Amino acid sequence: MKYLQTIGEYFLMLKGIFFGRMTKRSVLTDLIFKEIDELIIGSLWIVGFLSFFIGAVVSLQTALNLSNPLIPKSLIAFAARQSIVLEFSPTFISIIMAGKVGSFITSSIGSMRVTEQIDALEVMGINSLNYLVFPKIIAMLTYPFVIAISMFLGILGAYTAAVMGGFVAPDLFVQGLQEEFIPFHLFYAFLKTFLFAFILATIPSFHGYYMQGGSLEVGKASTTSFVWTSVVIIITNYIVTQLLLS
Amino acid sequence: MIEVKGLKKKFEEEQILDGIDFVFETGKTNLIIGQSGSGKSVLMKCMLGLFTPEEGTIEYDGKAYSSFSDEQKRELRQEMGMLFQGGALFDSMTVEENVMFPLRMFTKKKKKELKDRVDEVLERVNLNDSGKKFPSEISGGMQKRVAIARAIVNRPKYLFCDEPNSGLDPHTATVIDNLIHELTVEYDITTVVITHDMNSLLEIGEKIAFLKDGVLAWTGDKSQIFKTEDQTVTDFVYSSDLFKKVKEAQKQGL
Ligand SMILES: Nc1ncnc2c1ncn2[C@@H]1O[C@H](COP(=O)(O)OP(=O)(O)OP(=O)(O)O)[C@@H](O)[C@H]1O
Ligand SMILES: [Mg+2]
Repeated sequence: MKYLQTIGEYFLMLKGIFFGRMTKRSVLTDLIFKEIDELIIGSLWIVGFLSFFIGAVVSLQTALNLSNPLIPKSLIAFAARQSIVLEFSPTFISIIMAGKVGSFITSSIGSMRVTEQIDALEVMGINSLNYLVFPKIIAMLTYPFVIAISMFLGILGAYTAAVMGGFVAPDLFVQGLQEEFIPFHLFYAFLKTFLFAFILATIPSFHGYYMQGGSLEVGKASTTSFVWTSVVIIITNYIVTQLLLS
Repeated sequence: MIEVKGLKKKFEEEQILDGIDFVFETGKTNLIIGQSGSGKSVLMKCMLGLFTPEEGTIEYDGKAYSSFSDEQKRELRQEMGMLFQGGALFDSMTVEENVMFPLRMFTKKKKKELKDRVDEVLERVNLNDSGKKFPSEISGGMQKRVAIARAIVNRPKYLFCDEPNSGLDPHTATVIDNLIHELTVEYDITTVVITHDMNSLLEIGEKIAFLKDGVLAWTGDKSQIFKTEDQTVTDFVYSSDLFKKVKEAQKQGL
């Protein structure tokens, strides 16, 4: 019952963001650029780092476990591509982002709630939901670029580990990368990414905006927000995969 | 002038405000006093339009809030300034940006004009040197002054202050009180101040409403409140030892 009510409140929040009064255009533009800087640019380093090394480990594992001489070595590249493009970059990185970007959003909006800054916006006649959340949603539209970079670096990491480690020749690796390539998989991966971007912007905002209590609760809200954002991402991932790939 | 008539507000089953009638006058500092939890902030939030009362009307210069269209409500909001208990400054913005914020949101003026107006109000609250600092880099009393500057930058007709001097030393509290009073007279604002501070009563209590158990138990001004024999008022006003002693001394004709 309580969950149903929370879900209802979440959709009311979305209504407030999109159908409430819009913030002045020039102010909104500034806010969007600020959010892109904080949420997207600020995450590139860690996403790049993780992607490269996970890609490397994935291909290392495949290489080490490939003892059957009948299986071609190009499988290392093929396996790395499939796991990185389909799951690792869109889903796993989004879970990391739920921790990084999600808790940042919850705690920054939550502390604005606690210190009455949101009330101050409302008193001034500003639609605080639109002012605070809309720029984050728009900024997160650029999230697929982060995932594209993650895919590229992941595969680069895989290449580096496999070729430098002497497991496979460079041209064989590149050949493996091109094997049985299905363009629809890319569509599937980026569709997921867009959905995750929306989840990453809105669920943490929801937890921050509607939090109650003092600064202690801001910390708790961030944790709850991380849990729910990850859960919703994982469930959405399952549903989308079921619908599109099976 | 804000006129409150028969205002009732409850949360769940608890009746917080149970029929409030009061006139907040223009060009005067109108004080709301009462114990913690007596509903002072709720009353103020009703006047700000943040809460909707179940019964009663609130009139702003003779026009009832309930008769306003959404557009008119928005315009009314822009005529209001609010000083929050904790200041509620936006901590991602500098002092200057904070004060400029309401102007930027609602006027079409050029940057230069906005900047001039911001400098003017910062000067008024004696903070022209701190414009580039962030709220976390200035003291509590300075934050309150910035919050006042932000509240008056749009030249409001109505100014609301929720405990403007809680957490301040007696000297700074007096400075803030006087500033609020001066601005009220200077710009002919209808000012509503919630306070716990007996000193404020003495200084700026031009019209006082004492809230208890959801009704106004007493109304009057600063000269009356220290003379009244009304038990509920004296119990509240003289709960501080200092005032009790002063009162006793007065009785003995000292
Ligand atoms: N949003 C709300 N939802 C439910 N109850 C509320 C809400 N706001 C206030 N109340 C209740 O209304 C009562 C009065 O609260 P209010 O904040 O007006 O007190 P106050 O007189 O301002 O006290 P203080 O001097 O401590 O600030 C309290 O019992 C409080 O629990
Ligand atoms: Mg209060």
